[in-house]
Amino acid sequence: MSTQTPSLATDRSARSEHRVLAIARRQVWEDLIFQKVTMLFALTVLLAIVGIIGSLFVNSWPSFSKFGFEFIWRVEWDIINEEFGAAIAIVGTLASASIALLIAVPLAFGIALFLTETCPVVMRRPLGTAVELLAAVPSIIYGMFGLFVFAPLFAQYGQPALQSTLGQMPLIGPMFGGAMNGIGILAAGIILAFMILPFIAAVMRDVFEIVPPILRESAYGVGCTTWEVVSKVVLPYTQKGVIGGIMLGLGRALGETMAVTFVIGNSNRLAASLFAPGTSIASTLANEFGEADDFHMSTLYALGLLLFVITFVVLAIAKIMILRAERAKGF
Amino acid sequence: MDANLYRRRQRINKIGITLSMLAMGLGLTALLWILAVLVGKGLAGLDLNIFTQSTPAPGSEGGGLANAIVGSLMMLGFTTLVCTPVGIFAGVYLAEYGSSGWFGETTRFVTDIMLSAPSIVIGLFVYAIAVAPAGHFSGWAGSLALSLIAIPVIVRTTENMLKLVPGSLREAAFALGAPRWRVATFVTLRAAQSGVITGLLLALARISGETAPLLFTALNNQFFSADMSDPMANLPVVIFQFAMSPYDNWIRLAWTGALLITFAVLILNILARVLFRDKVQS
Repeated sequence: MSTQTPSLATDRSARSEHRVLAIARRQVWEDLIFQKVTMLFALTVLLAIVGIIGSLFVNSWPSFSKFGFEFIWRVEWDIINEEFGAAIAIVGTLASASIALLIAVPLAFGIALFLTETCPVVMRRPLGTAVELLAAVPSIIYGMFGLFVFAPLFAQYGQPALQSTLGQMPLIGPMFGGAMNGIGILAAGIILAFMILPFIAAVMRDVFEIVPPILRESAYGVGCTTWEVVSKVVLPYTQKGVIGGIMLGLGRALGETMAVTFVIGNSNRLAASLFAPGTSIASTLANEFGEADDFHMSTLYALGLLLFVITFVVLAIAKIMILRAERAKGF
Repeated sequence: MDANLYRRRQRINKIGITLSMLAMGLGLTALLWILAVLVGKGLAGLDLNIFTQSTPAPGSEGGGLANAIVGSLMMLGFTTLVCTPVGIFAGVYLAEYGSSGWFGETTRFVTDIMLSAPSIVIGLFVYAIAVAPAGHFSGWAGSLALSLIAIPVIVRTTENMLKLVPGSLREAAFALGAPRWRVATFVTLRAAQSGVITGLLLALARISGETAPLLFTALNNQFFSADMSDPMANLPVVIFQFAMSPYDNWIRLAWTGALLITFAVLILNILARVLFRDKVQS
C-alpha cells in the first residue's frame, strides 16, 4: 500500500476493510464469551452429579467406616441398637424391580408390536399418545391407586388365585404363601410394572420404527406372517435398542419411591414369600429419613449412595446400548 | 406345500397378534381406570373450600388445600425461572459446540442419566447441601431439588429441537456475516421456539407431581405461608401424608389433590404435544 499513491477509492476501501476487521475481531470475542457462558450453564449438570456423589459419599462415611463393605450384605436393620445392613432393602429393591420387568417387558413388546404393525394408521397417534400419557401420570398417583384400589382387589381375587396355582408348584410354591392382605413385594412389583410399561413401550416403538421398510417388506414378500416379521426380523435388528429400553425401565423401577412406598408394606424383614411386606431402598429412605438421628441418617445416606450407584450403572448400560443401536442405523 | 406347517404358522401369528392387542387393551384400561378412580374419588371433594381454606388440623373437619396449592405454584414458578435459562443455554451449548470433544459428550451422557436418576437421591443431596446447614426445611430447598430434576429435561429437549432446525437456515445467517452467538440465539433458537417451549412444559409436568425430593427439602406446613425460607406446604407431600393418615377427611382431601395434580400434568402434556404438532406441520 505504501508504495502506491493513495487515491480516494483505495483509501475508502482500506477504511472499510479496517472497519470490517474491527467488527470481525469484536465478533470473535463475542463468540468466545458466548461459548464460555453457555459452557458454564452446561457445567451445572456435571457439577450436580459430582456434588451428588460427593455429598452422599461424605455423609455415608460414618456407616461405611463402622461396618465396612460388609454393610452391603448384612441382614440387619435395628435402629435402637444401631445395627444396620443394606441387604434387606437391596433384596426388596431388586425383587420388586425384577417382578416389574417380568410383567412389563412382554406387555410393552405387545404394545409396540400393535402400534407399529397391526394398528390402523389413523389410530396410531391417539393410542401412542395414550401410552405416553400413562407415563406422565405422577408416581404418587400410582401409589395411591395401588394402596386404595388395587391392593383390596388383589387380596380378594389375585392372591388366592396365585396361591392355588403357582403356590402349589414345587420350588416356587413358598413364594406365593402366607397372609394375603394385598400389599407386599409382589403388589409393589405389579404397580411398578404398570409405571414403567409406557417407558419401555415407547422406546420399543421408536426403535421398531427405525427398521428400514425394505427389510420388513422383503420379509412380508417371502411370505412371513406379521408375527414372524416382528420376532425374526424386527426384533433381532433392533435388539440393542430394545435391551436399552428395558434397562431404562429397570433404572426407573429401581429408583422409584412413591409408587413403591404405598404398597410394599415397609417391613425390615426378609421373607420367603412375595406376599409378605418388605422394603426397598427408596421406600426406607422415604419412611425413615425424616426421623433419623446422626448415625442412622448416615446409614440412610449409605443406602442412597448404593441406590445411586446401582441405577447409574444400569442407566449407563441402557444409554450405551441405545446409542449403539442408533449409530448402527446411521442416526 | 405343507398344509400343516402353514396352518401352524397362521395359528402362532393369530395368537401373537391377539396377545399384542390384549397388551394394548390392558395399557389403555390401566390409564382409563386410574383416571376414572381419580374422578370418582376426587370430584366429590372438589368445592370452593379446596381453594380458599388451608389444610385441616388432625381430627378437625373441613379444610382445603389452599396452602398446598399456593406453595406448589410458588415453588414451581421459582423453579421455572431458574431452570429455563440454565436449561436452554446448556442445550444451546450442546447443540452448537457439544458434538465433538469430551466435555460435550460427557455432559450429554450425564444429562441422560440424570433424566432417570432416582429423584429421592436428589432429595438427599439437597438436604445435605441446603437443609442441614440451614438447620430447617424451606421452600428454596424444595425449588432447588425440583430444578435439578427439571434442568436435564430442558437441556435434552432443547438440544434435540435445535438439531431439527435445517442447516440451510444457519448457513444463510452465517453467509450474511452474522456471528455464531447471533445465529445460535436469534436464528436457530427462534426457529426452534415452539419445540423448546414444549420441552419447558414437559419439564414442568414432570416436576409437578414429584414427591420424593420434596419430602426432605420443602417438607410440609400446616399453615398458609408464602415465605420460601420456611417449610412450605405443597400438593404432593400433602397427598402423601394425608393418604397415609387414619382420618377420613384427610384421605378425601388427598384424592382431590391427586385429581388436581393429575389433570394439571395431563393438560400440560397434551398442550406440549399440540404445540409441537402445529410446529411440525407448518
